[in-house]
Amino acid sequence: MKADRELDLKGEICPYTFVKSKLALEEIAVGEVLRVVVDYPPAVENVPRSMENEGNEVLSVQPIGPSQWEIMVRKVG
Amino acid sequence: MFGFSEEEIRRYSRHIILPEVGGRGQKKLRESRVLVVGAGGLGSPVAMYLAAAGIGTLGLVDMDRVELSNLQRQLLHTTADAGELKVESARRRLAALNSQLRLELHPVRLGADNVASLISGYDVVVDGVDNFPARYLLNDACVLAGKPLVEGGLLRFHGMAMTIVPGSGPCYRCVFPEPPPPGAVPSCSEAGVIGAAAGIIGTVQATEAIKVLLGIGRPLVGRVLTVDVLEGTYRTVEWGKNPRCPVCGEHPTITSLRELAEYDLACDLPGAGTRAP
Amino acid sequence: MFTEEQIRRYSRHILLPEVGGAGQRRLLAARVLLLGAGGLGSPTAYYLAAAGVGTLGICDPDVVDLSNLQRQILHAEADLGRPKVDSAAEKLRALNPDVRVVCHRTGIDRGNALDLLADYDLVVDGTDNFATRYLVADACHLAGKPLVHGSIFRFEGQVTVFLPGEGPCYRCLYPEPPPAGLVPSCQEAGVLGVLPGIIGTVQAAEAIKLLLGIGRPLVGRLLTYDALEMDFHTLAVHRDPACSLCGDTPSITALGEYGFSCEVGACPTA
Ligand SMILES: [Zn+2]
Ligand SMILES: [Zn+2]
Repeated sequence: MKADRELDLKGEICPYTFVKSKLALEEIAVGEVLRVVVDYPPAVENVPRSMENEGNEVLSVQPIGPSQWEIMVRKVG
Repeated sequence: MFGFSEEEIRRYSRHIILPEVGGRGQKKLRESRVLVVGAGGLGSPVAMYLAAAGIGTLGLVDMDRVELSNLQRQLLHTTADAGELKVESARRRLAALNSQLRLELHPVRLGADNVASLISGYDVVVDGVDNFPARYLLNDACVLAGKPLVEGGLLRFHGMAMTIVPGSGPCYRCVFPEPPPPGAVPSCSEAGVIGAAAGIIGTVQATEAIKVLLGIGRPLVGRVLTVDVLEGTYRTVEWGKNPRCPVCGEHPTITSLRELAEYDLACDLPGAGTRAP
Repeated sequence: MFTEEQIRRYSRHILLPEVGGAGQRRLLAARVLLLGAGGLGSPTAYYLAAAGVGTLGICDPDVVDLSNLQRQILHAEADLGRPKVDSAAEKLRALNPDVRVVCHRTGIDRGNALDLLADYDLVVDGTDNFATRYLVADACHLAGKPLVHGSIFRFEGQVTVFLPGEGPCYRCLYPEPPPAGLVPSCQEAGVLGVLPGIIGTVQAAEAIKLLLGIGRPLVGRLLTYDALEMDFHTLAVHRDPACSLCGDTPSITALGEYGFSCEVGACPTA
């Protein structure tokens, strides 16, 4: 799947992982997909949950390397 | 992202996280211009919390100098500031809190001749004045200019607040049609006040200003908040427009700023740092 | 005797029949412990210092962080990285040299809680997590100290006063802490900056009423506040005879374990 916007949040901790994801989600259009890469373990659960709480659709969360995860999320109106 | 620096993202992260504010709202705050009239008991928390919240431009109107008797409630000033212009003392404190804030200082007395031009450049006006003539003048000027005004007042242990959005709710005169006759209320220097009461009303006013700027929540339009700190009672009362209001009613008699000249008498008490804050 | 400077400084209090010279002397002799110099503690400390509360103890282990400045008005940009207690003490002394500020650069825990409280007449809770709130509530009850409780969440806040022997305690309201290990989501860290300003200022007002013995403190009443709606409600709360702390046969007679703590960076900070 191709993302409309990518956000590299390696080295970033909570809550800034979500703060920055949220800013990016605000900027993209409804229906577009955001790809976020994190390496802060709590963010792997935290960020997708927070995105869902905001009504967005989390498409996938998967490891992409040693201590690196990719979160794909679609903005919902 | 929204043109925020890394520093801004960190500083305002607690706002950005809120769905009701977000990056969009924080950007709006940064672009907002708020005029705070009075740098005293009410103006202190209003200015400090708006500065902390990331309001872009803050105008401050006050011609008084810091007195020791102010320091029991006016957090903007310190003991070392005694004798200085309040706006100068405020500038130091606010710049230290947030160096991004643009400050516009107006060390002038609010009068019929300058009120329209003072409020004209701002999105929202917050009333932190300490006397009735200035309060009515500000109300009338804001109604005539269609400018949102966040009202607040204090007496001893009591406080009130309301938000006036001309056209969509009552104004101060709808609630209190006439200023009390001179002498009917305790004179400025007679009225004691509890500092925290000023803090409660001032922080409510700052909240209302932010809500109006962001267009979120339900501001105190058509409602009056009354607080009795001693009893610990906090109430909101619904209040409609008065069709016979002299400034916002169906047949207004106050239609131009010239008619506001009567208020130039002002509070004749020294310092005027009084009844309200 | 008041100095000429004090008469001027406290004139607005001295004019109030409910305070007067006698009340002002009481405030100057009073000792208040503030737990937390953050969002709630900032306005509480400021207004109590301005009012002339003679001794203010400030207990906070943290240093000033950029994300604090959106609401913690005791601290300024120049204080980044500085212990909050030091930054607070500087501001409060500049505001009112009559106030003796005592810095406790530590968190409160079961080991130090009772010692910390011992020197004070009253405690104001401005801490930011459940574990600490239960510890503070238990310690204040066991030590017989009045406690002004405040808490905030996003756009909402609440204030109440716990007076041991009179009215309910924190555990009457909330018998059990939330389950341990419940990690708060990032979103829970969101807070309208001015919200703790209101709640902390109401706490300061309640503290002053208690110190002066005037008015009706929020004992047995929980004041709840919604900033978005601008609505205040007062709920009556009663002492629970079965309460584990203040009930007829209490099971908590000493400070226990307060298992979970909040993860730095992820927790809602008052
Ligand atoms: Zn009207
Ligand atoms: Zn109990």
